Formats: sequence, C-alpha cells, structure tokens
Amino acid sequence: MRANRKLRGWGFVGPSFLWTAAFFVVPLLIMAAYSLFQRVAGRLVTDLSFSNYLTFFSKPHYFNALINSLEVTLVTTIISIILAYPLAYILAYRVPPRWQRIALMMAILPFWTSYVVRSYSWLLVLSSNGVISNTLQWLRIVDGPISLANSRAATVVGFVHFFTMLLTLTIFANLVQISPNYSKAAADLGASRFQTFWRITLPLSIPGVMVGAFLTIVLALGDYITPQILGGLRELLLPQAIMLQIQRHANFPMASAMSLVLMVVISIIFLLFSRWLKMERM
Amino acid sequence: MIRNHILAMLKYAPAAAYVGLVYVFIFLPVVVLVLFSFQDASLPIPPFQGPSLRWYKAIFNDFRIMDALGNSLLVGVVSAALSCLLGFLAAYGLARYRIRAAGMVQWLLVAPLSVSYLIIGMGLLITFKTMGIPKSLFAVIIGHVVINLPLAFAIIYSQMGEHQANIERAARDLGAAEWQVLLLVSLPLLWPALMASFFLSFTLSWDEFIIALLVSRFDVTLPVEIWSLLRSGLNPKTNAVGSVVFIVSIVFLAVMEVVVFGRRRSK
Repeated sequence: MRANRKLRGWGFVGPSFLWTAAFFVVPLLIMAAYSLFQRVAGRLVTDLSFSNYLTFFSKPHYFNALINSLEVTLVTTIISIILAYPLAYILAYRVPPRWQRIALMMAILPFWTSYVVRSYSWLLVLSSNGVISNTLQWLRIVDGPISLANSRAATVVGFVHFFTMLLTLTIFANLVQISPNYSKAAADLGASRFQTFWRITLPLSIPGVMVGAFLTIVLALGDYITPQILGGLRELLLPQAIMLQIQRHANFPMASAMSLVLMVVISIIFLLFSRWLKMERM
Repeated sequence: MIRNHILAMLKYAPAAAYVGLVYVFIFLPVVVLVLFSFQDASLPIPPFQGPSLRWYKAIFNDFRIMDALGNSLLVGVVSAALSCLLGFLAAYGLARYRIRAAGMVQWLLVAPLSVSYLIIGMGLLITFKTMGIPKSLFAVIIGHVVINLPLAFAIIYSQMGEHQANIERAARDLGAAEWQVLLLVSLPLLWPALMASFFLSFTLSWDEFIIALLVSRFDVTLPVEIWSLLRSGLNPKTNAVGSVVFIVSIVFLAVMEVVVFGRRRSK
C-alpha cells in the first residue's frame, strides 16, 4: 500500500519532471559538451578541449563583451534604484490609499507593450530625426540633428526605463508591508523624520531593493533585444556576442562556451544575493 | 484656511514634481509610439501629420503580421494550458504524497527560472539540431512550457495549504474516489491560482522573443515578425502593430483584474 502511494505520487510529478529533464537539463548537458568541441574551417571537430574558454578569456574581442555587459548592468541597476526608490516611497506613504492602486498601475503601464516594441519606441525618441533631437533644434539648443541612439547611453536609457518600473514594484510591495508601528514608536521616542527613515524604514525596505536589483541584474545581463536595437553594433554586450556566433558564424561550440560563462556569472550573482531571495514554502 | 491649503500644497510640491517627472520618463516612449502610429507620412518622426488610420489598414491587410498574430495566440494558449496542467499535477503530487527526494524535485522544477531565456533557447536549438527535429512553432511551444512551468508550479504549489488538504480528506472520508477529489474538490479550490498561472504564462509567452527567434523558421510569432519589421528602420507600421499589442494587453489586463482579482475581493 505505501509503495503504491509513493508510485502514485510519482505519477503526478512524473510528467513535469520528464519535461524539465528532457527540455532543460539535457539541452544544458549537450551545450556543455558542445562547448568542449571546436569549429575549425567550417566543420565541427569533436576533440574535447577547453580551447573555446581559453579563447574567450584571452582575446579582448570576446572578453570585452562580458566586461561591457557587467558595466552596463551595474550602471543600469544603480540609476534604476535611485529613480525607483523615491517613487515607490511616495506611492506607498504619500498617495491617499484610494489612489494608490491606480497610481501604481500607471507607473508600470508600459510594461504591457511588447518588449521589442518598447525598445523600438526609445529609438523613435532618441534617433537623430527623433523627438528629442527635433525638440532641441526647435528650441535652438543645438544647431543640427543629434543622435543619441546607437550608443551605450541609449542601451542604459532603455534598460533604466524597464527596470525602474520593475524596482518600483518590488520596493513598493516591501514598503507597504512594513508595520507603521515602528515609525510611530521611533517618532514617540523623539526621532526626526529623517532619522526615522534612515534608521527604520530604509533598513526594513532593503529586501525589496535587493530582490528588484537581483532581477534587474539577471535580466539585463541576459537581454539581447535592448542592446541590439538601441546600442547598435559598435560595442557588443555578451548576449549580442553570443547571437553573433550563432547567426553569423554558426559557431555553436563557441556560443555554448560563452553561454555557460554567462550562466556561471549569473549563478555567482545568485549566491551573492541568496540571503535576500528566500522563497516562501520552497 | 486657504493659507493652510497652500502650505500643504507647497509641502507636497516636491514629491508631486518628482512623481510627475518620473511618469513623463515612463510614458514618453509609449506616447510617442501611439501618437506616431497615426502619422500620415512615411516616417514616424516629428512634425506630427494626421491623424490617419492608413498604417492600421496596412497592418490588417498584411497577411504576415496577421499570421504571426494567430501563431502567437496559438503558442500562448497551448503553452500556458500545458504549463498549468503539468504544474498542477506536479504541485498536487508533491503536496499530497510523500516522494523520495521531494526537495530535489522541487528544486529541479523551478531551476529554469534562474537561467536566461537566451541560454534556454540556445540549448533547445542545439538539442533539436542534434536530434534532427526541424524548427517550428511546435518547438516554440516546447520552449515556452520550459520557461512557464516553473512559475505555474510555484504559484499553484504555494496555494496548496493544509486547509485544502483537510477538505480533500473530508471528501475522501465521505466516499469520493481519487479522481473525484481531484476534479470536484482540488481543482475548484485552486481555480484562482490556476487562472493566475494561466494568464501569467500566456503573457510571458505572448511577449517572448529570443527562444521563438532561435527555434522557429517559416511560421513565426508576433515578436519575431516585429523584429523583422525593424530591419526597415523607423516605420509607422511598426508603431501601429506596437500600439495594437499595447491596447490588446491593457484590455486583457482589465479582464484579468475583474476575473482573477475581482472574485477575491468580492468574497
């Protein structure tokens, strides 16, 4: 009877288990194997070696893509937190409760355009014949058209736009969960409003900031769309470099090696953030 | 009285100004996108001419865009339904039966959440290539279940508390067979969680680009079709497609708000 129950349990879990094993674990293993192969003169050579990894870390041509990705992600995360925190704070504590929900919905409205279209929209704003360039010319601030697109700054703008919305959500969710009694107690004990914020509210809201920052870092490091549309091809981020290996050179071994490097980087970041990422009931 | 009013306004002015500025930043691209979808010229750039609906006509007459739209709906609905079904079964099995290595199984089921879509897509691309499976919408559905199953599982599992287990036990004591418990008790109790997982999965599939790009070829989903439109540079047609997607999503969101959350609030 007990063995029967155990078996039946597996009957329920089995399909998901097999699906994840077949279409997630096996592909990762195949990729790991591929990363040890090489592509020489257009052919796949199945001698096992770490040459792809050695190439990646020794040639600036490849390695710089990782550095660029890390730099852009760091700048994006910092600017997004700086923009999102005050917004989430005002939404949580200064907006009357009946307006809160609608104000929050408005703050994340562009979430609901497609991701590709959102990056394209920034192109409309930033390109040399776009809205900003035209407005600045009309105001006589600049003489000719200026292009802000096809640059690292454009990638950062596109990223900051998306991740400010994301961070506003996670920080807001955290702020509204903090019991107001703590701040009241602090005020009763004579703390100024700034002291209350600095010593009570801010420390209690760090988990929300960290969860949002983690999502920002992971999603920004793995994103191909925003840098490809807004950043252009002058300076590649890691996902662009990986796609270039697949689409232009059909070099799957190199692309696999680079993807695994990206995976390891993200795993390290996960470990660094793990103390803030405890999942309920998991 | 009026003085107090003005003082209060002054006190909140900096906060209001800040919120206003951030909202301008957040809305700027969307407003520009929608505004210039009504442009009566061949470039979506200032000065605005119009309004005109010619680009909306153009996309509704473009069979490639319409096909892609249909494909996206198909992939979204099928992959979301599959994710919910598999996620529900797994959550039920893990919450109600004692399974060896249950912790490891849970960990495995949510593991895809921590891997970039690009890597998941590339793994599938190489795997399908090695096994000789051609690129297709079917492959896209497989990929989208891989990314949505962990979410569906996590959402449904988190709602399967002791309270529900007691109700199921009561049903069994009263003579219900296992399939009756599952269909007539567990499923209705989990309805909100199932709806939430379905809508979330559909939304993510609907907007997913990189996996769809990598594992499909002739039949493509909407984000991939929009991507190929981008090759022609700034184009009011892209604005029109983007605006349609945006408006459809907002309507979808409103429906979801009423169906999923409205229920809960009315209780």
